[in-house]
Amino acid sequence: MRNLKKGIALAMAASLSVCAFAGCGEQGTTTTASTNDTNSTSTQSTAAAEGGKVYYLNFKPENSAIWEELAKTYTTQTGVEVKVQTAASGTYEETLKAEMAKSEAPTLFQVNGPVELKTWNDYCYDLKDTSLFSNLKSNDFALMDGEAAKGIAYVIETYGIIYNKTLLNKYFETDGAVVTSVDEINNFDTFKSVVEDIQAKKDDLGISGAFTSAGMDSSSDWRFKTHLANLPIYYEYKADGIGSTSAIKGTYLDNYKAIWDLYINNSTCDPKMISSKTGDDAASEFALGEAIFYQNGTWAYADATAEGITDEELGMLPIYIGAEGEENQGLCTGTENYWCVNSKASEADIQATIAFLDWVITSDEGRDALANQMGFVTPFKTFDDGYTSDNALIKAADEYIAAGKTSVSWNFPTIPSEKWKDGVGSALLEYAQGTGDWDAVVTAFVQGWADEYAAANGDAPAETADQ
Amino acid sequence: MNKKVLRIYFPLFALPTLIAFIIGFLVPFGMGIYLSFCKFTTVNDAQWVGFKNFQEVFKYDSEFIHALWYTALFAVVSVITINVFGFSIAMLLTKGIRGTNIFRTVFFMPNLIGGIVLGYIWQLILNGIISKVFDATLTYSATYGFWGMVILMNWQQIGYVMIIYIAGIQNVPSELLEAARIDGATDVQVLGKVILPMVMPSITICTFITLTNSFKLFDQNLALTNGAPSNKSQLLALNIYDTFYGRAGYEGIGQAKAVVFFIIVGALAVAQLFLTHRKEVQQ
Repeated sequence: MRNLKKGIALAMAASLSVCAFAGCGEQGTTTTASTNDTNSTSTQSTAAAEGGKVYYLNFKPENSAIWEELAKTYTTQTGVEVKVQTAASGTYEETLKAEMAKSEAPTLFQVNGPVELKTWNDYCYDLKDTSLFSNLKSNDFALMDGEAAKGIAYVIETYGIIYNKTLLNKYFETDGAVVTSVDEINNFDTFKSVVEDIQAKKDDLGISGAFTSAGMDSSSDWRFKTHLANLPIYYEYKADGIGSTSAIKGTYLDNYKAIWDLYINNSTCDPKMISSKTGDDAASEFALGEAIFYQNGTWAYADATAEGITDEELGMLPIYIGAEGEENQGLCTGTENYWCVNSKASEADIQATIAFLDWVITSDEGRDALANQMGFVTPFKTFDDGYTSDNALIKAADEYIAAGKTSVSWNFPTIPSEKWKDGVGSALLEYAQGTGDWDAVVTAFVQGWADEYAAANGDAPAETADQ
Repeated sequence: MNKKVLRIYFPLFALPTLIAFIIGFLVPFGMGIYLSFCKFTTVNDAQWVGFKNFQEVFKYDSEFIHALWYTALFAVVSVITINVFGFSIAMLLTKGIRGTNIFRTVFFMPNLIGGIVLGYIWQLILNGIISKVFDATLTYSATYGFWGMVILMNWQQIGYVMIIYIAGIQNVPSELLEAARIDGATDVQVLGKVILPMVMPSITICTFITLTNSFKLFDQNLALTNGAPSNKSQLLALNIYDTFYGRAGYEGIGQAKAVVFFIIVGALAVAQLFLTHRKEVQQ
């Protein structure tokens, strides 16, 4: 009996530990593609002798297959080993931290702007004397630290309120439509009355709501705590004539509230349900024609057209929040993707990485991959001869620029920390579902900014830092 | 002869395990303690800062304190429920009712599924129920998340402790039970005066396992609520993970939290072992 008991206990313990290991293994889904990623010591030394190798830690999971293909092509052509690994969605920082601690650290990685550069500054090689920098259309696309170019932007993106032209036209034909053309929507008040009228007529229009669900799951909450938050930040910076700040005043928070109210009260679902709505939910609601408006950007092109919505049916409106002079406001255009070369890698690896990037932005294969397969608008001069994207949303963005509208710059890379975004996101959610009030958003926005700025810049966090 | 052979071969056979133990446990443990006194971005590039990280843990981080109480409450509730249900089912399944073996297998099965998978499955189930009954979702409030995790943990762990309890109950000598019956003991008395004292070793093991598992719960928390809303349903392990990976410049503080966490779990486990061990009786 005693032995039986021991035996059972042992077997159970063994099975438990297997479960534990299996659990660990599931969290980090990464893919590697390389002609030789076994990394045996002999191949390493030969590769290094031939002039280094490249290890790219990719940020965008949607493009991982294209990068792997590109890496293979480069290896075939030059014999230089290129390893591409992609962090699972939303885990880039974790993966980067873990990978950087390894002896085979990434030689090429990315940061999202000046704030994250502070964390990785010591690891960023100065790219000022490379062809990457000299091929930029403007030095604004480089992430500068004094005179050193620490990061090079590789994609320019645009977001706004994507809309379904067919459904919107259907609304324009209804009795008593507030406006009859999308051109008349050029300020918040008009947009608000259109949205509310659509919401009231949703059954006639055969939709579930004017907006897609404002999901606050981590796959979707960045649309509001980061991208939407950019607008009050943009207008405040503009009013004060600054480009970053240690303490935000929250001048435009009432406008932020107005647009957030519009989103949550005129959508496909009850505000109480948004905490578990995902990015996929919103994308599919739009793709299936259940909603007319969908706040997202050029990167959502593939998702938006997945269920048969054609290019001609897609349009993008600026996000109006009721600020003065917004009739001339365009879409939000900028970048938060900067390539950085690991300065702590060996000199041979650094040079190999720079050579690889140079090939990516000058060769036909590389330019085809970035512009056509990934659908990127890049800031490089080398793409001007025929490598422009045919993404319909990018065309919509170009039309606004051609019409002389002022693009809204991306100011969210100046947000002091991820923690700030989380704080604002949580407060937005609690306000939406009725478990918190708007004051909490104001506190998270204004006080949170000051605290996080202080914490990020080496001062002791204030007492309220983590509330 | 035998002893000599043993002396020669002992290092040889123990070596693989020893190496694995050193690489997989001792070295990371030592590094972890060292890093909790450092400021760093990657673990091999650290600067010594002394006790600063530990001061920050208790001084500023109200989320850590909240997670600590939330975890403590969660551990108390789940240790009690898991053990009570596990023991009750074990009692039922040692009565010799039909299909005992099938029931034992069925109850044990959930334990074979990984925490992340279980978390997502239960998220769907619970969201379905909550949206019908309360017109909200699991991440609407920390209370839903709390009970969601308790239900999930119960479902996963009951079968496991049940097996240990069954082994314990079957080990109770039948002559003791018979003697108690002859002396006129009622069912309740048999349970309280004979069975419970005799299965005390199993109770020690089961409370130890459930207590430490509840305190260290991570996968299920991550998959079920991921701390939402506002990190109010965040257990300690997830709080540490978020501090370490989620905030630039807070790696050292996250590491300090992990050391504090280790001390708390270690102290609790030792105290619990000591207390329940005292109640064990010899056959």
